[in-house]
Formats: sequence, C-alpha cells, structure tokens
Amino acid sequence: MKSERILAQNGFAQSEIMLDLYDLKKVYPTPKGDYVVLEHLNLQVKKEEFITIIGHSGCGKTTMLSMIAGLNPISGGGISVLGNSIKGPGPDRGVIFQSPSLMPWMTALDNVMLGVNRVFSHATKKQKEDICKYYLHKVGLEGAFNKRAAELSQGMQQRVGIARAFAIKPKVLLLDEPFGMLDSLTRGELQDVLIEIWNKEKITAVMITHDVDEAIFLADRVVMMTSGPNAKIGDMLTIDFERPRTRKAVIEHDDYYKYRKYLIDFLEH
Amino acid sequence: MSDKLIKITRFVGLGFFEPVIRLSRGEESKKNTILILKKIVAPLASILLFLGVWQAGSQALYNIEADSRIEKAFNGQGQAAAAEMRICIESGDVSCQPNTLPSPAQVYGAFKTLLKDHKVINADKKRFKEKTAILNKQRTSEGKNPIVYTGRPSFVDQIITSIKTVFAGFLLAIFIAVPIGVVIGLSSTLRSSFNWLIQILKPVSPVVWLLLVFMVVKTLTKDSNTDSSFIISFVSVGLCAMWATVVNTAMGVSTVDKDFINVAKVLKLSAFQKVFKVILPSSLPLIFTGLRITFSVAWMVLIAIELLAQSPGLGSFVWEEFQNGANDSNSKIIVAMFVIGIIGFLLDRLMLIIQTFVSFSKNEGI
Ligand SMILES: Nc1ncnc2c1ncn2[C@@H]1O[C@H](COP(=O)(O)OP(=O)(O)OP(=O)(O)O)[C@@H](O)[C@H]1O
Ligand SMILES: [Mg+2]
Repeated sequence: MKSERILAQNGFAQSEIMLDLYDLKKVYPTPKGDYVVLEHLNLQVKKEEFITIIGHSGCGKTTMLSMIAGLNPISGGGISVLGNSIKGPGPDRGVIFQSPSLMPWMTALDNVMLGVNRVFSHATKKQKEDICKYYLHKVGLEGAFNKRAAELSQGMQQRVGIARAFAIKPKVLLLDEPFGMLDSLTRGELQDVLIEIWNKEKITAVMITHDVDEAIFLADRVVMMTSGPNAKIGDMLTIDFERPRTRKAVIEHDDYYKYRKYLIDFLEH
Repeated sequence: MSDKLIKITRFVGLGFFEPVIRLSRGEESKKNTILILKKIVAPLASILLFLGVWQAGSQALYNIEADSRIEKAFNGQGQAAAAEMRICIESGDVSCQPNTLPSPAQVYGAFKTLLKDHKVINADKKRFKEKTAILNKQRTSEGKNPIVYTGRPSFVDQIITSIKTVFAGFLLAIFIAVPIGVVIGLSSTLRSSFNWLIQILKPVSPVVWLLLVFMVVKTLTKDSNTDSSFIISFVSVGLCAMWATVVNTAMGVSTVDKDFINVAKVLKLSAFQKVFKVILPSSLPLIFTGLRITFSVAWMVLIAIELLAQSPGLGSFVWEEFQNGANDSNSKIIVAMFVIGIIGFLLDRLMLIIQTFVSFSKNEGI
C-alpha cells in the first residue's frame, strides 16, 4: 500500500499546480549560530486540492505556512502561486490563524468587511455588505452580524475567521491549527462548517493540524513532515474518499483505519 | 428595574451601594448585611475617626498656641497683661484668637461663609449687568468694548476658572501628546532617537514649565492687550501633564497584538486603514490609561501653577488667603483643600467611566 499512496514529487502537470514550494529553506539566526528549520522542502499543491500537514511539534509547520503567507522571509528556494513568485503577504493567500485574531472592538460584520472593502474596493456598499452577510450566513452566524467580536465565544469567533478568509476569495487558503484551541464538540462543528463552504468554493487549501482524524476527514492528501532540524516532506498519503463526505461515511469506510494507522505509524516512528 | 439600578451604581463607581439595594429587595439578608457593614458602615466610621483625630489635633494645637501667647504677654508686659490675654482668648474675641489648624466646625463655618459670599457677589454681578445692559448695547453698536464686571471673583468662580483651565490644558495635552505618541510608537527608529528627550522632559517640574511658557507667551503676546495669564497657566499645565499620555500611547501603538498586525498585512490594508482601523483602536485602552494619569497630574499641578502665575483660580485663592492672614483664612484654605481633593476625585471618576466605555474587552478598567 505504501508505495502506491505516495505521489511522485513532481507528478503534476504544470497547469494543474496552484501552489509550488521548491527547495525551500528557512534559517533562524540564534545566539548559538544559525538554526536550519527547513531545508530542501519540495511541495506542490494542485488547484482545488485540500491538503493537511501533520508533523511533530516544533518541526517547522508554522514556519512553512507563514512563509507561504508571506509573513516570514524565505532563506532559500522559492514559493510561487500560479507560477508567480510571491512577494510578501497579499489577499490572494487568505489565512485562518490559530487564534481567531478578530479585532475585538469591531462587529462580526465589520471584521469580515475589513478584507472585503480592500479586495472589492470598486463594489457598492450594498454589494460588499451582501458578500459579508452571505459568508457569515454560511458559517451559521446570521443572528450575530452586529455583535462585537469580544462578545462572541471562541467557536463563534473562529467562524467569523472562516467567513473573513473565504469572503476575500483567495487563491490559496492557509490554516494553522484553526481548531486547536476548541473543545472537541465545537471542533467537529467547525470542521463541518469549513468543509461545507469549501465544497462550494473549492479554494486550494493547506491546513496544519495535530489531529489525525481531522487530517483524514478534510484532506485530499495528507502531507507528513519529518522532524526538525532540516525538516522536509517525509511522506504523503492520498485520501481517496469521495466528496462531499460525511463524517459517518468516512469513519465507516474500510480504508479509514488503514489511513489512520499509516499516519500514526509515521508520527510514532 | 433594580438590576439596572445596580448596574448603573457599579458603572459610576458607587458599587458599595449595591448591598443596600439588594437588602431592600430581601435578597440574602445575612450576606448583604455583612456587606453593608463592610462597605458602608466601616467607611462611615473611618470618617468619624478622621474628624475625631482632626478635632483633637486642632484642639491640642490651639492650646499650645494659646499658652505661648499668654507666656509671651507675661514675658513682655508682666502678670496683668498675661491675665488680660487669657480672658481675651477665652472670651472668643477675634482680635486675640490663636491662629492655627482650624477645627472641623470652623472649616464648615468658613465653607458656609464662602457660599454666602458667592451669593452676594452673584447678586452684585446681576445688578451690574442690568445697570450696564443699555450702555453696553450702545457701546457695542459704536464699536467700543463693553464694560465688564471687575469685582472680586467668588470662591465658586475660582473653582469654575480652575476647571476651565484644567480642561483647556488637558485638551492641549491630548492634541499634542496623542499624535506624538502614535508617530513615535509606529517607528522604532523615531522611538529610540527621541527617547532621551522624553525621558529628560518628563520629570521637569511644573515651576520650570511655567517659566518656560511665560518666556514664550510674554514675547508672543507683547503688543496685544489680552490677559495672558489664562494662556500661560493652561499651556504650562498641558505641557507638564502630557508625558504620561505620550509614553502610554507610544507603548500602546508599538505593542499592538502581532496577530492584528498579521491580519492587516495579509489583507494588505493601506497605511491609513492600518493606523485608524487596527492600531489606534487596539491601543485605546493604554492611551486612556495615559490620559487618565495626564488628567490627574494636570489637576495637581494646576493648583501650583495658578499659585505661582497669579492667574485666577483655586491656586491663587489659596495663596491670597494665606497672605491675607485673616481670622478665618486658615479655615478657608482647608475648605479649598477639600474642594480640590473632591473635584480631583470626581474628575478621575469621570475619566474612568469614559475609559471603561471605550475599552473593548469585557473586563477592562483599572
Ligand atoms: N522567530 C524564531 N526565531 C528562532 N527560532 C524560531 C523562531 N520561530 C520558530 N523557531 C523555531 O523553529 C522551529 C519550528 O517552529 P514552528 O513554530 O514552525 O513549529 P511547528 O511545527 O509549528 O510547531 P507546533 O506544532 O508546536 O506549532 C522550532 O524549533 C522553533 O523553536
Ligand atoms: Mg505551529
């Protein structure tokens, strides 16, 4: 099973590729000399693909994601979106952070509007408001448009975070353990919310998670990173469940425990 | 209904009143009785204790002063003069009363005198206004300055002048300190280049600020005949008190949550939007902490500055009474002291209310 699940590194046609990390390197200077977090990291993500990334704590997952987001400078190699090298952050790459990072003094609507205003600057006020309301509705917050973010629960705040990211229609969506801080019940709800919107929009997504079940449930492909230093992609696993998926169907599928065991074996290795 | 009442009392800082409301509704009578004892009865007892110590202290000082007067008379003019002095003091004659720390009753008396005085002056002002109304109308139509009341200001007038001055100084401080703080906070280069200046200017005493402002304003207003004492005092107050706001604003702006900055970066907000939609709102709590300090410093130095600048207000009231040395001068000074303290406290409460109003977190407010 192993060999057939692993995709060849450069197995995609150029026209299929949305996001390309080639020979990526990251070095943090420390008082004790340079610390090479990532080296020779190659990863390609297809259009409309949802990948999840797992790996040991401290291996450099956040570092990699923040480099894709443009928030962290690249030490070597490169990152391109649709063939264009990225230069700094930009709204073509939406980010859902681990903490919701909403402006607590703004309403839910205004938080979503912040990005929409920026990206759809030529739309009328009504159109922009409709976009915000559409996505807030999609994440199940129709009653809370005008609540200030500080008054929302963690789970509701992260819903707004999801709406904010989708509303600017990015080419790539980056998620760094977005549900890590939530209790398991809320986490399940938000996974459903996320995957439901995603099924509609099919935005190329890269999501870091520590939760193996979450990784399988959401992804077309699970990417495993080796432990640092000099971390790179260690292995990949294609998840062949058809979409749209339901949690029940996924768990009852014959391959589910095979996938699960494969990932856990990698992590425990 | 009374839940709302409780909320309001808490909001304006009268939270200690809450158990009374709760008890009157019959809620948890034991717990609320203890709370009342703790939050209302105990403070009241402390006020009584304070008055008692004050009374005893002033009595003791009075006795010392009286004895020394009698002794002085004895040493200077002999037995008969000493006896005469004793009789004079005991008779309560104003001409020979020992002049020392006044008792609570005397201070209360002075307070009433000041209020009466205010009423008299007010009536006088009103009469003056009626008398000159027609004349002034005529003068303005001729393009001349109207005749204004030049009589002595009352105690209440002095208070109002002081409050006006402190607000003017505070506004000046806001308009100077907040922009400076924001600019310095945004740029670490500016922050390190101007840090020395801020650190040096921050501890400069109000007296020096006053002299500095005096030099500048005197030159600038040389040929105009407007009264510059108001300008001098409020500008000095503003300059002296603004540093807490500069420092706090800079700190707030420079320590905005990294997540917010990242959001602004990912959304590629314009510099203007970044400052006004993200950085300023998130540093508002710290800015307001600074403003609150600024306000209380402003009120504190105002009295000293008025006293030195001889500009009207509570400061000069205190100074004039001190120089005056009349029989009830000391009592009036103590009245002024309480008024200054209470107004300062109320102004601080006001700032606290505004602060809790603008801060966004649910449990903010110090
Ligand atoms: N700014 C920095 N300077 C120096 N070292 C850093 C910096 N940021 C991260 N590191 C180091 O780089 C390594 C990778 O960190 P990173 O946050 O990317 O890990 P991670 O895989 O996201 O971990 P986790 O799963 O716990 O979130 C860690 O060893 C960390 O200590
Ligand atoms: Mg991380």
